Amino acid sequence: MNTTPHSFHPADFEPVVVQRKTHTISRPSLSYWQDAWRRLKANRLALISLYIVVGLGLFTLLGPLAWTINPAAQDLDQVSQSPGLQLTALIVAPYEPWAGVTATLMASRSGVTEEATAEIRLAEPATTQAIRVVWEHVPRAAGYRVYRSVYAPEPDRALGLPLADLFRPEQVSFEDRLDLRPGRYWYSIVVLDRTGEEVDAYTTLPVDVHRVTSAEEAELLGWVDDAATLRPGDRLQLPYHPLGTDYLGRDMLARLMYGARVSLFIGIVAPLLFVLTGIAYGSAAGFIGGRADQALMRFADFVVALPFLLFMILFKITFGVGPGESGVLPMLVALVILGWPATARLVRGQVLQIREEGYIGASRLLGAKTTYLIMRHMIPNTMGVILVTLTFAVPSVIFTEAFLSFIGMGVAPPTPSWGSMCNEGIRTMLSHPHELVFPAVFISITVLAFNLLGDGLRDALDVRMRGHE
Amino acid sequence: MWFIATTTFIAMHAVPGDPLTSERATTEQIRKNLEERYGLDRPIFEQYLIYMGNMTRGDFGISFTQQNRRVNDIIRDHFPVSATLGILAIFFASLGGILWGALTALYRNRWPDIAIMFLVILGISVPSFVFAALGQLALVNVNTALGVTLLPVAGWGTVRHMIVPSLVLGLGTMAFLTRLMRSSMLEIMNADFVRTARAKGLPPTRVFLMHQLRNAVLPVVTVLGPAIAAITTGGFVVELIFAIPGLGRYFVQAVQQLDYTVIMGTTVFYGAFLVSMVIIVDLAYGFVDPRVRMQ
Repeated sequence: MNTTPHSFHPADFEPVVVQRKTHTISRPSLSYWQDAWRRLKANRLALISLYIVVGLGLFTLLGPLAWTINPAAQDLDQVSQSPGLQLTALIVAPYEPWAGVTATLMASRSGVTEEATAEIRLAEPATTQAIRVVWEHVPRAAGYRVYRSVYAPEPDRALGLPLADLFRPEQVSFEDRLDLRPGRYWYSIVVLDRTGEEVDAYTTLPVDVHRVTSAEEAELLGWVDDAATLRPGDRLQLPYHPLGTDYLGRDMLARLMYGARVSLFIGIVAPLLFVLTGIAYGSAAGFIGGRADQALMRFADFVVALPFLLFMILFKITFGVGPGESGVLPMLVALVILGWPATARLVRGQVLQIREEGYIGASRLLGAKTTYLIMRHMIPNTMGVILVTLTFAVPSVIFTEAFLSFIGMGVAPPTPSWGSMCNEGIRTMLSHPHELVFPAVFISITVLAFNLLGDGLRDALDVRMRGHE
Repeated sequence: MWFIATTTFIAMHAVPGDPLTSERATTEQIRKNLEERYGLDRPIFEQYLIYMGNMTRGDFGISFTQQNRRVNDIIRDHFPVSATLGILAIFFASLGGILWGALTALYRNRWPDIAIMFLVILGISVPSFVFAALGQLALVNVNTALGVTLLPVAGWGTVRHMIVPSLVLGLGTMAFLTRLMRSSMLEIMNADFVRTARAKGLPPTRVFLMHQLRNAVLPVVTVLGPAIAAITTGGFVVELIFAIPGLGRYFVQAVQQLDYTVIMGTTVFYGAFLVSMVIIVDLAYGFVDPRVRMQ
């Protein structure tokens, strides 16, 4: 080839600009985390779980702002109330003593006949303030015994609670103010003879009791701000408990919210802390290697060998719960002390494995410093595994907390937690199942959501799955 | 073992207050006598040596709250109850887990699979005390509906007492094992040797029993150790709810009453029990899986 001498221009050294667009088949490059997020979004169950977790967070953090009822406020008038009841009370005048009714006695000669019964009626409408019953005087009666029952008396059934023995035959009235609740009571009057024995016959009066309160009482209980605004005869709406009340009349919804704070706080902070401890411990062991690694890992093995729940209980009592403390902190400490080795082992394994990887060697050859290696390669590559461990640790810690609180080793009583609420609910399980069901459902949903989310995360972060649809 | 015992000892003696504080009517002299009797007046280190010495001889000492009752007696009297309950629960759990797991794998993504997996998820996420409470509730209702006590609601003694508590206790583990069994079964179903077995014309039942089931059970055997631990601690709750006089209930009571010797004795006992269970399971694994034995 014959070449003519050619003089170069600076323009010849400029990069060639591609003139024509070539046809390319490619998709936008995704980072590891974008890819994982895409795959997580494709997993319907995991996404729903994520929403549930977010929802629980909102319930816990924002719930108490929207539902401002004090979870510790007891209302013994509304103990173990069913969910969703809207109760009203009639405002009446404050209680005034009642003189009762006295009968004029007729002279009596012989004893009482066995069939002697007294006709009962109410002196005035029955209210939760007082129930006043009056009966006809029975000639020759030496006295009367008053019974109250919450069931209709049957021939073979006792008449209920004996309220009073009245040994003055002229007294033919009785005022009952003992622990009255709205509902139906059966009052029975039995005539007593001279020896104080009951005659066989009795008369019973079913009484429907209505909820009333006086204005002063309403103000005292915090139902209204000012007693002066209420007139006798008004209807007052009692505080609404959408999920009912517990055995001390505390609002279930408010308690569930504050219980969520305790349960989720422990459930999230404890795994976070012990996973961090585990990371520090495990990566230190993995990095140092050699004898120190052996010793550190042997110690971790020891801690793993401890029966977990037994030692949780032991540590809990060791740290003790002083008066007025909630017992959350000791539980947190105990969880961290016993929880870290699993993560430490995992991280150490990861570090040992990644250290030998080709890309680490390559980047070291290119002059990367240790900090760069850790920040750029080690942490991002172990992050996925750690995140999955963290997600799975949450439900197990929530379980542990619930278990401990259930056997009475968890948070101390006035502080609600879902586990302790279950423990309280189980006592009234037969009559008021809602007190057990609500906290149990919350525990179950939370554990379920975190488990499914963990499954989804594990699948999404699994590098082997990358590129698979 | 030594580590467990020492940690327990340290943890127990770090507890503020001591078991004798609850004895109200003690004068100074009585208190001193009691301390002498239980060896509480000596220095901690000496107590530790004495305790460890006794322990190596298998003597856990005397209970603080139930005078004249030796911890060994408590363990001997109540552990068999817990053990019976636990063994039944493990039996139910592994039987059910293997059965349901194999079933779900065979009917993969069809309705039996979906239904069982739904129950499994429920079993994993509902705490055992809820199951126990619900089980008891169901028993009460069934018994009142039938008018006869088919299965007693609480207590211990006959076989009929044992059925419901052990089922409840095994439920969580059963769910866990089912999930494990399903995934290992699915893995095995596509294995080469299964295809070979089919190709050479073995009847499907034989392939299923000898090739698939046998191999799929292996991972289930490995987790039996942790499963036993889970059932042991789960037993505390079930024993409390069903009023079963097992060791777990005594442990919880002892913890609440700060009964040093009982807590330490039972903890060390449970610890030893769990550690030996894990070792036994490991050995059993070698027995079941020839590949492990070779190494």
